[in-house]
Amino acid sequence: MQYKYERVKIQSNAEVANNIYKLVIECNHEAKPGQFYMLRGWDNELLLGRPISVHDVQDGLTSFLYEVRGKGTKILSTLETGYRIEIFGPHGKGFNTNVKGKVAVVTGGIGIAPMYYTIKALKNAQIDLFAGFRDEVYLIDDLKDFISSSYVATNNGRIGHKGFITDIFNPWEYNLVLCCGPEIMMEKIVRMCRDYKTPVYVSMERHMACGIGACLVCTCKTKDGNKRVCKDGPVFSGEDVFLDA
Amino acid sequence: MLNVSLCGIELKNPVIAASGTFGFGEEYNNVFDVSKLGGIATKGLTLNKREGNDGLRIYEAESGIMNSVGLQNPGIEEFIKTELPKMKKFNTVIFANLGGGTIEEYLSGIEKLNNSDIDMIELNISCPNVKAGGMAFGIKSNIAYDVVSRVKEIAKKPIMVKLSPNAENIVDMSEKCCKAGADAISLVNTFKAMAIDIYKRKPVFNNTFAGLSGPAIKPIALRMVYEVSRAVDIPVVGMGGITTWQDAIEFIMAGAEAVQVGTANFIKPDICLDIIDGIKSFMVSENIKNLSEIKGTIRGV
Repeated sequence: MQYKYERVKIQSNAEVANNIYKLVIECNHEAKPGQFYMLRGWDNELLLGRPISVHDVQDGLTSFLYEVRGKGTKILSTLETGYRIEIFGPHGKGFNTNVKGKVAVVTGGIGIAPMYYTIKALKNAQIDLFAGFRDEVYLIDDLKDFISSSYVATNNGRIGHKGFITDIFNPWEYNLVLCCGPEIMMEKIVRMCRDYKTPVYVSMERHMACGIGACLVCTCKTKDGNKRVCKDGPVFSGEDVFLDA
Repeated sequence: MLNVSLCGIELKNPVIAASGTFGFGEEYNNVFDVSKLGGIATKGLTLNKREGNDGLRIYEAESGIMNSVGLQNPGIEEFIKTELPKMKKFNTVIFANLGGGTIEEYLSGIEKLNNSDIDMIELNISCPNVKAGGMAFGIKSNIAYDVVSRVKEIAKKPIMVKLSPNAENIVDMSEKCCKAGADAISLVNTFKAMAIDIYKRKPVFNNTFAGLSGPAIKPIALRMVYEVSRAVDIPVVGMGGITTWQDAIEFIMAGAEAVQVGTANFIKPDICLDIIDGIKSFMVSENIKNLSEIKGTIRGV
């Protein structure tokens, strides 16, 4: 059987920045960068699991970095060490990390979550990180050993450039761009890279139900018609999604 | 001991994966052996390929979910060519769920399915999310009567009509379908429902309405299955929020020959197996040899 549905123990679950939590679970399978799990930390309060991307995998532990947005992530944030959470996955096609040359990783807000594991896996590439945040900046320091340079933008100018990360991104310098964040940001990056023919891969987000490609509630339009974000994605060619769909 | 018979077709147990929640079984077969199911109802099929609805397609409600997929499907020919051969490898009964926007569309669909290797057709006159889903046919009994009788004139497979809880009168609806020659009835499809994003000040779904399913609808679905089972003498397949084996037993006691499990598959992907096991244990502990002993045994006032 390809996917596992199991109950695993929470090793820690703590707020690492305002409204941003890091959940670490004991899990003996290794997800690939960009993949996700359906997480359920409730009995009857909610029906559906919540798709959360893998933040890191190390020494039998898998971690998730998530922002509290709705009821599901709110409940997740209250779960304590030792609680047994239901996980289903890992699902989806992640980022190809077997690449060389100059790679730009561009993130917006909590879109940085899957990029920690992705950047660590990009062992043969020279990586520049462009990370945009609304206000508080997180995770940048943890990544500094794995990247060449980091560029930060905040909406209010608290740290780094005041404005959007797209303001300071140079598309011409890179062989490849990996992107995760708000669709409006990812679309802008894809358009900026088009003129330089720089390939961009984007990680899409959707509400999901089955997580395995059966129910078709998480589709996104691409140049080849509807694709399932959970199974055909969540990582897609940016052009296929934002330019040619 | 779990086997049931539906229109002359043997199901190894009474648990069928409900249409729209289970694709064509392939994805779930990566999670558990779907041959252990009594049957699989395919994703709703239409004569021609459909891309489905734009915008948000799923939204969680209290004890339920609302969906607005809009019958995204590859079309019947592509289903028969690509999906059905894969489904046939599973040792389970295949219900092809067929929707349509016009009677002609239903009839063309039936003609194609007639010569295919499916076991039974679940005639969907109840999808609330698109006109082509046929809910228009599932509201008024006399319109349902027309489409079912026309379908029955040409169908070579048993026809199970899937009713909408949005029907004007569910009992009258089931009687008309029965009179039109339906071989079985399944109910209920989702309830037409709505949610509003108060910050955007607009409906959550592009189509305004969506279909509500899950535990929230179970008591109403159970009541409808009970009423319909008493009104018609063809087999009834019950569904609507079934999440536990106890739910399944309730539907069977209310009169269902078999049950379908939909939304619950999203709670736990192999929940159908839990339900099958639970039914079996219950039968052992209650000394029930065959489900016919408890089927429809509830008699209210």
